[in-house]
Amino acid sequence: MRRGPSWFNIASVGLGLAFLYLPIVLLVAYSFNAGRLVTVWSGFSTRWYAALIEDEEMRDAAWITLRVGLISASAATVLGTLAAVGLVRGGLFRGRLLFAGMIYAPLVMPEVIMGLSLLLLFVALGQARGFWTLTAAHTTFTLCYVAVVVQARLVDFDRSLEEAAQDLGCPPWRTFLTVTLPNIAPAVAAGWMLAFTLSLDDLVVASFTSGPGATTLPMRIYSQVRLGVSPEINAVCTLLIGAVALGVALWGLVGRARTRAPV
Amino acid sequence: MARRLNIGAVRSSFAPWADPAAVPLARFEGVTKRFGDAVAVAGVSLDIYEREFFALLGPSGCGKTTLMRLLAGFETPDAGRVLLGGQDLAGVPPHRRPVNMMFQSYALFPHLNVFDNVAFGLRQDAMPKAEIRARVEEMLEMVQMASLARRRPDQLSGGQRQRVALARAIARRPRMLLLDEPMAALDKKLREETQFELKELQARLGLTFLIVTHDQEEAMTVADRIAVMRDGAIEQVATPAEIYEAPASRYVADFLGDVNLFEARVDRVEPGAAQVRLASAECPAGFTALDDDAPAPATQVWLAVRPEKMTIALEPPPPGTPNVLEGQVWDIGYTGDWTTYLVDLAEDRTIRVARANASRLVDRPIGREDKVWVSFAPDAGVVLTR
Ligand SMILES: Nc1ncnc2c1ncn2[C@@H]1O[C@H](COP(=O)(O)OP(=O)(O)O)[C@@H](O)[C@H]1O
Ligand SMILES: [Mg+2]
Repeated sequence: MRRGPSWFNIASVGLGLAFLYLPIVLLVAYSFNAGRLVTVWSGFSTRWYAALIEDEEMRDAAWITLRVGLISASAATVLGTLAAVGLVRGGLFRGRLLFAGMIYAPLVMPEVIMGLSLLLLFVALGQARGFWTLTAAHTTFTLCYVAVVVQARLVDFDRSLEEAAQDLGCPPWRTFLTVTLPNIAPAVAAGWMLAFTLSLDDLVVASFTSGPGATTLPMRIYSQVRLGVSPEINAVCTLLIGAVALGVALWGLVGRARTRAPV
Repeated sequence: MARRLNIGAVRSSFAPWADPAAVPLARFEGVTKRFGDAVAVAGVSLDIYEREFFALLGPSGCGKTTLMRLLAGFETPDAGRVLLGGQDLAGVPPHRRPVNMMFQSYALFPHLNVFDNVAFGLRQDAMPKAEIRARVEEMLEMVQMASLARRRPDQLSGGQRQRVALARAIARRPRMLLLDEPMAALDKKLREETQFELKELQARLGLTFLIVTHDQEEAMTVADRIAVMRDGAIEQVATPAEIYEAPASRYVADFLGDVNLFEARVDRVEPGAAQVRLASAECPAGFTALDDDAPAPATQVWLAVRPEKMTIALEPPPPGTPNVLEGQVWDIGYTGDWTTYLVDLAEDRTIRVARANASRLVDRPIGREDKVWVSFAPDAGVVLTR
């Protein structure tokens, strides 16, 4: 007979989860604290959320974060998908291995190095840092994630479908749009979601590549926390957690649809 | 005056390949295709005529699919030319070639329903919507899939998918339809039905079909002519009856049906009677065979005799009967319409003799271990030089 999990198993899983999520639970809970002190509970209130709406700097930061996320995720999705197509469909063109390596390297490259090198590039180009340098930087590093996700789907994709389309008189570019894209769409959407989420919570690359007037939410939070934690920060973090959780959930849902999609 | 022999039990009035003035629809000229070091197609020359049902037959991996893909434009030849209607196809991309292919995997678009799959090719040309609808409905009617037009491919059975793939491939009325193992995924009964349907369809539409198969029975059933392939090269191109009754080589004789091969040497040629005498260690009296194109005396040859063209008896035949072999029955296979006897002629030498079960009652049935005499008429054997 199979025994259920022992008390030791339950305890270790419980401890592990507590270690991971207790801080987050505390943070969320204290965002609803009525008092000004972050560590003393003095009743339930949503006043910090109200304060947040009044806080113009936070609102600006949120708006910038959202715009950077939307634009960079969309650009990264287009470029990353094209890179994946090149990798999978390009056959054995010269330098394919190098190209693949260059696509994957940013996945393991320390963010600090990435941010620093982008900063040096923008400086060398004499490019004033701001919204667009930030968007370009986010596009660069999220592109790799999109490429990996889309490539995994393309490898499974039945090549004879594309051949059948061309056989039926469909030129190659139209084949990509009408046959390939609809069949890899779940992976492309998942890639976009992933890129958006990554852009949303990035602090390191943003610190290097952003400039005055383009402060993102994570940057704003970080700079305020250095002056001391206020429940207002808790509130904004709660909202951010909600947004990321939503993104991850959607990504998972789309991923599920992907595995169910007929081959 | 040498005697000409008629081959096979089928007479057909359709034989454009025999007409020297006929222009082929598709032509392969010394086509070679390599994949790395491996040669998939080795110097193939082939003519396929308008309205012909042509089969490429050979074992798996002999280059059939590659030859077909060269015509569809998915592979480019390393040497030689592929022509369609007299035009060299080099540099013409697949989507501009007036041929359509039915893929072995069917390759139905999973994101489109049956109707849209069939309409896909028609929508590529600027065809009016109403006309597309009419054509798709006609095609689905023809393959008896009209009631399932709104289904997705993954909601169809294997046989239904096959029909949709066929309808999609002929919807554009291609000059030539290429079918890659179209029936490989069907069960035996459905396959036989489909073979006749396909033949009927081809005759009705007046299209040219090129079918790839490794099933010799399928090729014999549907095709006007068969090309037997071996290691990327063509062994023989002929009608099914010629391929079976007058194979060009031991390989072809063995690939299509069963055959007994006797090693022999040409002894004497009688051109007037189109007859040849062969000396062989297997038959001390020597073999007699009809042949209107016999090789010179002393040439090493093989005499190929089909099992059903031999007779088996428990008594020796009258003296003077040509081609008599003595042996002992080793095993018997009974399949209802035929009985196959495995007869040992000597140590490690077994031949097959088949008898049609033409009557229900037999006076003296043959059993295992029985001593038997096997004989065959002079016109039963084929003299092969390779
Ligand atoms: N794209 C390819 N790359 C490498 N080798 C191939 C490719 N396509 C076919 N071949 C090789 O060419 C030979 C002929 O293949 P194919 O034409 O598919 O044979 P068939 O259809 O008769 O089974 C095989 O040995 C196969 O491995
Ligand atoms: Mg094949």
